[in-house]
Amino acid sequence: MTVAFEPFYEPWNETRGADIVAEHASQEGATLVILHALQDAFGYVPEAAIPMVAQALNLSRAEVHGVFTFYHDFRRKPAGRHVLKLCRAEACQAAGGDALAARAEARLGVALGNTTADDRVTLEPIYCLGLCATAPSAMLDGRLIGRLDEKRIDALVAEAQR
Amino acid sequence: MTMKIFIPRDAAAVAVGADDIATTFAQVAARRGLPVEIVRTGSRGLCWLEPMVEVATPEGRVAYGPVSAEEVASVLESMASNGPHALRLCIADEIPWLKRQTRLTFARCGVIDPRSLEDYRAHGGYKGLERALSLGSDAILAEVTASGLRGRGGAGFPTGIKWKTVAQASADRKFIVCNADEGDSGTFADRMIMEGDPFLVIEGMTIAGITVGASKGYIYIRSEYPHAVAAMKAAIVAARRGGYLGDKIGGSACGFDMEVRVGAGAYVCGEETSLLESLEGRRGLVRAKPPLPAHHGLFGKPTVINNVLSFAAIPFILAEGAKAYADFGMGRSRGTMPIQLAGNIRQGGLFETAFGVTLGELVDDIGGGTFTGRPVRAVQVGGPLGAYFPRALFDTPFDYEAFAARDGLIGHGGIVVFDDSVDMRKQARFAMEFCAVESCGKCTPCRIGSTRGVETIEKIIRGERISENLALVEDLCNTMKFGSLCALGGFTPYPVLSALKHFREDFAPIPTTLQAAE
Ligand SMILES: Cc1cc2nc3c(=O)[nH]c(=O)nc-3n(C[C@H](O)[C@H](O)[C@H](O)COP(=O)(O)O)c2cc1C
Ligand code: SF4
Ligand code: FES
Ligand code: FES
Repeated sequence: MTVAFEPFYEPWNETRGADIVAEHASQEGATLVILHALQDAFGYVPEAAIPMVAQALNLSRAEVHGVFTFYHDFRRKPAGRHVLKLCRAEACQAAGGDALAARAEARLGVALGNTTADDRVTLEPIYCLGLCATAPSAMLDGRLIGRLDEKRIDALVAEAQR
Repeated sequence: MTMKIFIPRDAAAVAVGADDIATTFAQVAARRGLPVEIVRTGSRGLCWLEPMVEVATPEGRVAYGPVSAEEVASVLESMASNGPHALRLCIADEIPWLKRQTRLTFARCGVIDPRSLEDYRAHGGYKGLERALSLGSDAILAEVTASGLRGRGGAGFPTGIKWKTVAQASADRKFIVCNADEGDSGTFADRMIMEGDPFLVIEGMTIAGITVGASKGYIYIRSEYPHAVAAMKAAIVAARRGGYLGDKIGGSACGFDMEVRVGAGAYVCGEETSLLESLEGRRGLVRAKPPLPAHHGLFGKPTVINNVLSFAAIPFILAEGAKAYADFGMGRSRGTMPIQLAGNIRQGGLFETAFGVTLGELVDDIGGGTFTGRPVRAVQVGGPLGAYFPRALFDTPFDYEAFAARDGLIGHGGIVVFDDSVDMRKQARFAMEFCAVESCGKCTPCRIGSTRGVETIEKIIRGERISENLALVEDLCNTMKFGSLCALGGFTPYPVLSALKHFREDFAPIPTTLQAAE
């Protein structure tokens, strides 16, 4: 079995943030590239980074904020220690995904889109992982899991709670 | 003698244990002192057999699947002794499900090592580019046009015409953009080809570049596809090192280079103008057309934007000639379509075949019905904006016009199968909800109409004034259809109205006695 790993993120640090922004700022159309890089490093896009991005790209704060909020991927605060994403799109629905999602919600005591009170697990919907012929599908901290059934979803939830 | 073992690294195979299997094979072989070479390939697309493992033999590559970690030792034994095993299938190429296909685009997928430029070239890679370089722009355009290739992203627009428009535009810079946003549920062909044969996509884009005079390309891949991102990045580095990207590609005078950009979880960014906005670093608001991207595209420059599969079809067309491609198909749908069978299906996966095969053949015969063993009740074709078809329409041939004539679309070629436990009210509600969540917000019918649609369908589900609310949903659908700028708002009515039309019984669950009293 694959061992559970905990994604490691750096704590927010302004100098480090500025380095990341500077590293990508010269690319054409760099806004998303930078936001991704910030989130990869810190696990979310800290509020304080927005004006730094704006300044580097010669944009207004509002513009960068608008981009940041438009895309579902970008987080305004850190997620739980583990992120469990369940595919909620049609092929996974057809393969029994609704019941499995409800089961995961019940086990974790949170609805999709929320983090458990102990900050251990963020449970999120995702719309298609391209694994639609081995559905239902999930992603735990970047690791893909197909052919979910009750046993596998329970194991995933348990792994995420550790 | 070293045994050569092939194990997919495709995300769908990895999601059902292919990485663990690969590690176990190496460990068990080492313990037994069996010399093995493990090659990580793409997937052949027989998803119900994943992880499917192959071993090279003098007769060809023998397949085993689905292999679990516990079975690795006995499978290895069978491979070494050429002996029987419960999971032993036959020579992979002879598996009927594979043999029935016409693999022009996916010919190498699952066969070669996607990290190896040498392997790609040894299997006919870059023949298309070679010929393209000898032909020059006008002759390439003639070939692409004659092939009849239509965009595989959904709209089915003739690729030759699009390229010609960009070729004729004059500008200091032009761009090639590959749309790898593949957001439709039930589709994974773009992902598979990027992971299993990434040089093919690079070759297709490079040919587009030399044809229209663009020296820079972007491939915009959705963030839900980390394996595809890694595969494309690795292939781009290898192609550059091999002289197939950069200045003087393939020894010619032309230059072309490209880079990967990653999306951020917005479905609407698959729409071409929204994608261009996103590439430019903005919110993915759909642009009004005209101007067309061909005239005024990325950074305002003439731009070819095509789906992954459109670019991936190009090298075959150039290498083998337009006629070899156009000879397949029916009517105005020429060539082959990589069809994706998904959802509740027994034999799901990638099935590339000439246009013209019927929906019934695909679902019942090739797909083998549902994996739950219950009757097939509905299939959604073409992603979240595609119609739900009942069995009564299973004689529809896979063809752009035939589906349109029945108020459906083939879109990107995804087929999602549902058994008789499906509640079509829920599916109709989901279609509206998805539109509401993913709307870019530019037009009112899409943004507000879809939210109203969700509320109204919820009322129907609760049994409130059903006929009035059904009429309201139909009304909303009409407003969305005609008042939306792009196909997100414009086509969401397809799944909703098809559910209402073909599965009306689901929407009137009230017993007749009560209905009479109402
Ligand atoms: C909401 C929406 C989502 C779309 N998503 C995709 C997509 O994920 N991939 C794609 O290739 N085309 C998608 N399209 C179609 C593109 O707008 C465009 O037609 C296509 O990229 C053109 O390439 P082609 O001619 O090769 O098909 C989408 C369209 C809409 C309206
Ligand atoms: S139909 Fe919807 S997604 Fe398309 S442009 Fe209008 S608001 Fe945006
Ligand atoms: S719909 Fe769930 S993986 Fe595609
Ligand atoms: S073919 Fe002449 S510049 Fe490319």
